[in-house]
Amino acid sequence: MVDRRAILRGSLALGGIAAFMPAWAQPVSEGLPTVSGEDITLRIARQVMTIDGRRSPAVGINGTVPAPLIRLREGQNVRLNVINELDEDSSLHWHGLLLPPEQDGVPGVSFPGIRPRSSYLYQFPVRQNGTYWYHSHSGFQEQIGLYGPIIIDPAGADPVAADREHVILLSDHSQLSPEAIFHRMKVNPGHFNFQRQTLSGLIGDRDQSLKDRLAWGAMRMDPADISDATGAAYTYLINGHGPADNWTALFTPGQRVRLRVINASSMTNFNVRIPGLRLTVVQADGQNVMPVEVDEFQIGVAETYDVIVTPAEDRAFTFVGEAVDRSGMARATLAPRAGMVAPVPALRPRPLATMRDMGMDMGGEAAPRAVDPSAEQNASRKLATTTEAPPPHAGMDHAAMGHGGHDMGGMNHDMAMRDFANAPQVKRGPGVQTLSPMPVDRTGDPGQGLADVGHKVLVYRDLMALDRNPDVRAPSRSIDIHLTGNMERFMWSFDGAKMSDVHEPIPFVEGERVRVKLINDSMMAHPIHIHGHFFELVTGHGDHAPRKHTVIVQPGGIVTWDFTADAVGDWAFHCHMLYHMAAGMMRVVSVRPKGDAA
Amino acid sequence: MRLACLALVALASPAVAQDHSHHMPPPAAQPATGHEGLDMGSMGDMDMSAGHEGHDMSPGEPTGTNLPAGNAPAPAAPMDHYADRQFAPAAMAEARHMMMREGGGQTMALIMFNIAEVQARKGSDGYRWDGEGWFGGDINRLTIKTEGEGARRGGVEAAEIQALYSRAIGPYFNLQAGIRHDFRPDPSRTYAVVGVEGLAPYWFEVEAAAFLSDKGDVLGRFEAYYDQRLTQRLVLQPRVELNLAAQDVSENRIGAGLSSAELGLRLRYEITRQFAPYVGVSHEAKVGQTARYARADGDDPKSTGFVAGIRIWF
Repeated sequence: MVDRRAILRGSLALGGIAAFMPAWAQPVSEGLPTVSGEDITLRIARQVMTIDGRRSPAVGINGTVPAPLIRLREGQNVRLNVINELDEDSSLHWHGLLLPPEQDGVPGVSFPGIRPRSSYLYQFPVRQNGTYWYHSHSGFQEQIGLYGPIIIDPAGADPVAADREHVILLSDHSQLSPEAIFHRMKVNPGHFNFQRQTLSGLIGDRDQSLKDRLAWGAMRMDPADISDATGAAYTYLINGHGPADNWTALFTPGQRVRLRVINASSMTNFNVRIPGLRLTVVQADGQNVMPVEVDEFQIGVAETYDVIVTPAEDRAFTFVGEAVDRSGMARATLAPRAGMVAPVPALRPRPLATMRDMGMDMGGEAAPRAVDPSAEQNASRKLATTTEAPPPHAGMDHAAMGHGGHDMGGMNHDMAMRDFANAPQVKRGPGVQTLSPMPVDRTGDPGQGLADVGHKVLVYRDLMALDRNPDVRAPSRSIDIHLTGNMERFMWSFDGAKMSDVHEPIPFVEGERVRVKLINDSMMAHPIHIHGHFFELVTGHGDHAPRKHTVIVQPGGIVTWDFTADAVGDWAFHCHMLYHMAAGMMRVVSVRPKGDAA
Repeated sequence: MRLACLALVALASPAVAQDHSHHMPPPAAQPATGHEGLDMGSMGDMDMSAGHEGHDMSPGEPTGTNLPAGNAPAPAAPMDHYADRQFAPAAMAEARHMMMREGGGQTMALIMFNIAEVQARKGSDGYRWDGEGWFGGDINRLTIKTEGEGARRGGVEAAEIQALYSRAIGPYFNLQAGIRHDFRPDPSRTYAVVGVEGLAPYWFEVEAAAFLSDKGDVLGRFEAYYDQRLTQRLVLQPRVELNLAAQDVSENRIGAGLSSAELGLRLRYEITRQFAPYVGVSHEAKVGQTARYARADGDDPKSTGFVAGIRIWF
């Protein structure tokens, strides 16, 4: 029996430079202004940002997009004076931070918001450490630049040893206004998808066979509908820089480099990899995990992962953040010296949804075929200097994974796609397009399109908490929450009811431990976030369950978590896809003391 | 340095090894390999609590998230708002109203012309439009429809506008009811309308409506089209429109039964999704008594034309 934390601490002592200099004093990523201390002023204002040489209007803080890195230390108190210089209401939410409800920053739930040209003083004790982020919770301000990283250094020694660190904050930026993006998705399903199946693909033996196309057409389901807003609308950014800007993080060969990867996007889940380097995942959502070595990981909107890389060679490496639908990529470079570039891999072909994504676990998926010949990807495709060989299919665990094509021959066409008997609590209505007839736990799946990439991809079940969970009681009860939607109307909801329909919160009693089962009845992945709490994923790791604030529920999949309702107040609970939340995929969660007079 | 890396790799390996065994619970005891060489001196403060015993030492005994959930009843939902205790309830009510509105309660609008074209026909060139606009939320909408046609010489031959209340009645279909007014042909007519509009299996956009005129005549119309994507931007749209009548309406030169049909095939190029020029052919045929009316008036009941237009929405 071995305590891993102690070993990690030991490795810190042996780690060279890190032993002489606290991690927080190491040079951080060039170009990210940092604020720290007990009194911090954040000024929200309109500004211009330049991406790949193109200027566009934005909202930033203290003159920068992304907003400044807030660097805190566990155990300190912080006062954040947020000044809203906009002509509209604003707010800041500290994503993943445990704090009193009135400090959480959700207008209409935790406080009234910050009125135009006024300010709000957030103040709270810093009770945790790790990598987090913050963003506006007002309107669509998050889409136009109101997001930034938070790093909280541990009160004691950091069990994660590193010689230097860089923040890598992923985001999606559009020249379109968020209102225009929302409108187009609302009125024209598939508006931003330029990688659909077409007749030219059918003739060229690409994508689905005719038989499968007919079967999916009969169900009015589009397997190419991986993302709502795509590279057709977005340029994908790293620390506010476009793929051509090539933001560069420096290292000295042999150094252990800690990358704090934050997905601050509005709508984009990314697949992250650095060709040539193994990634050792050491933290997820600010919580240390036992190190897991992978080649790639999927990061949902609002998730964070800290990874260690140890580049031994004196050469550059490309950090690739590929949008899950492969319509574009965020790109940065890790290099020993500024100005170096590494080969950039071509965007991989976009995946197709499978029967498993529809909540029909049929098994026997057919191998995927090539993508439609007319499929379009955004300008980042031009950066590619290498075309990747088709990955080897041998050696992968096919049984547990979904694939591009599917032979519908074995499908029972009577299988009801919208049988409310499968989900009695779901409100029947136009907002519910489908109900998964056979949803399965997909925490062992790596994410759409990652089953056969030929290398190790992180799955949730790989994650184990470094420390024992603080509350290891059995849940006293369990609840189901269905993630529902209608992709044809761009309506999104929980249990068939939109935020705008529901006045009652989801109730919890202070201190109770509850098992929450999220059932995805839609054919899209949803990163689900609860405010004010961490939850422990039920993935078989007992009292070392990974603790998270946001979790991707894959299409047709189930994610189960336990949590302790220990933060009294009303809290937001929502899908972190900004426009899914705007379309109604949100609820208020209430935590009240037992016997609290209502 | 190298030792530090070794430690990480060694620690990572059990977790990696477990990828391919997706069963629960996970492998219990950590293999000792790779740990022997490490300095254990710094482990004085290590956590020796029950959790580790449960996790690492007695795999048979479930703990934490491996425990089954009980079936305690859920509490009742509180009817107050917690933030009202800390902030002015009126300010919170206003913010809450805004938050809920921004959580699926927005109103939207759309104006779309699926057809806006000129037609080259033998004898007389003409033009045609078919458009729809709506305003409202996800469920309830005000929908305006208009369609009509005319000749370059001779002015507008047919022009109608409908104002409908539209309600989503399922994931794919809207039920619509309201009024229709035909400005042309003369004499003008007003109808009560009830219909449905939506997306049928296999991605067919369909529309069906019944019309009851202020003279008591009953008409019907069925429209369907299909967008066949040839590439991401090149779309072939076959379209059919059938007009029906329950009785002869001689004043408007409409005969009972199937009165007229239009078959169209339009090929558009989506420069953007909103703006797509197209070319195509359109065949119109009056049938039955309607055809006889046309011939009596000296018109050809059938015509085929080349069309060119723009599909546009905003």
